[in-house]
Amino acid sequence: MSNSTAEPVKPLSTEQLSATTLLRFATAGSVDDGKSTLVGRLLHDSKSVLTDQLEAVERASASRGADAPDLALLTDGLRAEREQGITIDVAYRYFATARRRFILADTPGHVQYTRNMVTGASTADLAVVLVDARNGVIEQTRRHAAVAALLRVPHVVLAVNKMDLVAYDETVFAKIAEEFTAYAGELGVPEITAIPISALAGDNVVDPSSNMDWYGGPTVLEHLETVPVSHDLATCHARLPVQYVIRPQTAEHPDYRGYAGQIAAGAFRVGESVTVLPSGRTSKVAGIDLLGQPVDVAWTPQSVTLLLEDDIDISRGDLIVPSGDAPATTQDVEATVCHVADTALSVGQRVLLKHTTRTVKAIVKEIPSRLTLDDLSQHPEPGRLVANDIGRVKIRTAEPLALDSYADSRRTGSFLLIDPSDGTTLAAGMAGDAFATPADEPAADAATDGSDDGWDF
Amino acid sequence: MTTVATVTDEGTDSPYALSHLNALESEAVHIFREVAGEFENPVILFSGGKDSILMLHLALKAFAPAAIPFSLLHVDTGHNFPEVLEYRDRVVAEHGLRLHVASVQEYIDRGVLKERPDGTRNPLQTLPLTEKIQSERFDAVFGGGRRDEEKARAKERVFSLRDEFSQWDPRRQRPELWQLYNGRHAPGEHVRVFPLSNWTELDVWQYIAREDIELPGIYFAHEREVFQRSGMWLTAGEWGGPKESETVETRLVRYRTVGDMSCTGAVDSDATTLDAVITEIAASRLTERGATRADDKMSEAAMEDRKREGYF
Repeated sequence: MSNSTAEPVKPLSTEQLSATTLLRFATAGSVDDGKSTLVGRLLHDSKSVLTDQLEAVERASASRGADAPDLALLTDGLRAEREQGITIDVAYRYFATARRRFILADTPGHVQYTRNMVTGASTADLAVVLVDARNGVIEQTRRHAAVAALLRVPHVVLAVNKMDLVAYDETVFAKIAEEFTAYAGELGVPEITAIPISALAGDNVVDPSSNMDWYGGPTVLEHLETVPVSHDLATCHARLPVQYVIRPQTAEHPDYRGYAGQIAAGAFRVGESVTVLPSGRTSKVAGIDLLGQPVDVAWTPQSVTLLLEDDIDISRGDLIVPSGDAPATTQDVEATVCHVADTALSVGQRVLLKHTTRTVKAIVKEIPSRLTLDDLSQHPEPGRLVANDIGRVKIRTAEPLALDSYADSRRTGSFLLIDPSDGTTLAAGMAGDAFATPADEPAADAATDGSDDGWDF
Repeated sequence: MTTVATVTDEGTDSPYALSHLNALESEAVHIFREVAGEFENPVILFSGGKDSILMLHLALKAFAPAAIPFSLLHVDTGHNFPEVLEYRDRVVAEHGLRLHVASVQEYIDRGVLKERPDGTRNPLQTLPLTEKIQSERFDAVFGGGRRDEEKARAKERVFSLRDEFSQWDPRRQRPELWQLYNGRHAPGEHVRVFPLSNWTELDVWQYIAREDIELPGIYFAHEREVFQRSGMWLTAGEWGGPKESETVETRLVRYRTVGDMSCTGAVDSDATTLDAVITEIAASRLTERGATRADDKMSEAAMEDRKREGYF
């Protein structure tokens, strides 16, 4: 385009543009550990910041009397954020390389915004936890690791930042990486990749660093581009929450009755025997429409329409599963919740529980324990949970739910608690155990903090 | 599983990974169906621009072979590109849709709204839009807004609750967790829904090319009488341009966005095909709004301020 003002960038070929996958990731970091700089550098060095956006940042920085463009202004989009110079709310950023498209949930690092970190992590395939090389693993780092473990983010990257301020010393990096890996591993974080970086100087963010020849691993961007996002469907239980029943009732399609939904886990095949929950009725998959096109097999997260051989009563909120692989239905839900509202959640409170496409009445029967991420301390029978608290709850629902364990399925093991009086989202729920117990050692050994006796809260 | 090799998604190297376009398509369809399942009276904002055309295409796919269970709403500034109005009426007829129109001109004629000195009508759309939402009792309003467009939009939820005055309060948004969208609202309130939240401009164009979706001709390079104002090429027309000091010339241009003629600029371009447009956008160093929207340049928080008042 002739109105471009910056140096031309070699455009990606049409082939390159379509042969990409999508990676959703979240960043977590404390206030001054350089998260905005890292995000700014990823966007900038991947050529995702365009000229007019940079000019706007330069104008705003200059009008505030700053010497250099403040890259944080790229990501702080709200008036209040720019006024206070802090990130209040999750923002979503988009950038691309030849290999992949990225959706970045840029989450605030403040303790009081734990709920936003939970929001960002809930859809993330990967979380980047930043630490300052000078400070090492601090309480906030452990909080971020705990949230990543709680939300079962499949991949965690530990970015040890500001390596330039510790003379690019390998032993500093190795000590932090070892401490974090041990801690996060005990929490059940399945995969941890530690990368020494300087976001400010650009070491190992997009380009490999010549200052750290001792490091043989990938840069942050290389890792983001190559980490696998597909699931091992062979071990997944197939699940289709019914969103909507499609019945054209037209001359062309007088008998069409399709159950539309996004496959939440696993795969479905034509001819497969299926069971509908909670009713327990069974049928066979007669056909699968993938947005108007018939297919033999479909898998998560495709949005499909399932046609069944038998005309049985199915409506929004039902769950279609393979016969023989159905979750138990229950009216007594035990879960870990992160409380995300300003009003409290109390024992005895009546709520709505939204699980997949089903919303049911429910009552909070017990709150056995609360864990404060602030100091990782546990409190038995707290009676109530307030904003940013994480706790165990027991909930009785008015109707049976086909609930998986969150450990088995992030999609069919998660739910919302909603205030029936005004619709406020109260809490994010994860059914089943809170953290994975380490396979080979007892959970009690997990704590690095002496006051924290294991994770079974 | 034994059939892994046969279900590889085109363009990816791992068996069950979806290409990014298929992942975005699936997510948008999920959002349309959630709204159909949870709301009584949804409507799709339809301007005849590429984002609303894409929304319509995705909605048609989401409910096929049945009809779309929503009507359309066009907020008509009165400063329309004729090609876009023609396109709008044609697709409405083709798919048997119901079209509502909220007219800015009518509000000006009635004296409820006053023409601004700069002639732009974009900020004037908010009142006709919000009054139409109230009078028709729409409880869910689909918008084609994308988070990559603007930094206030980057903060927008997929389901965004608006109060009885249609106001957006960015500090009081519901956290949005997993794919569990909370659409609860009180009578008089409504939810703005953005199924294209996670799409970028390039994604939109790639998908339009893949699906071979027809667009109004103004998106492709054509000769047009334009004049320069504030660094943008504006189309001469009855809306009030050019002024005496401004000179009209014929240039080869196209539009990256479609909006009110008074504040939507054309860019110099020789891209006459979808492939050429995609190549051009992939190489562009300007965002679509930076290149073509005057109203966003009014202040650092122009979009946030308008959105707070009920703008889409």
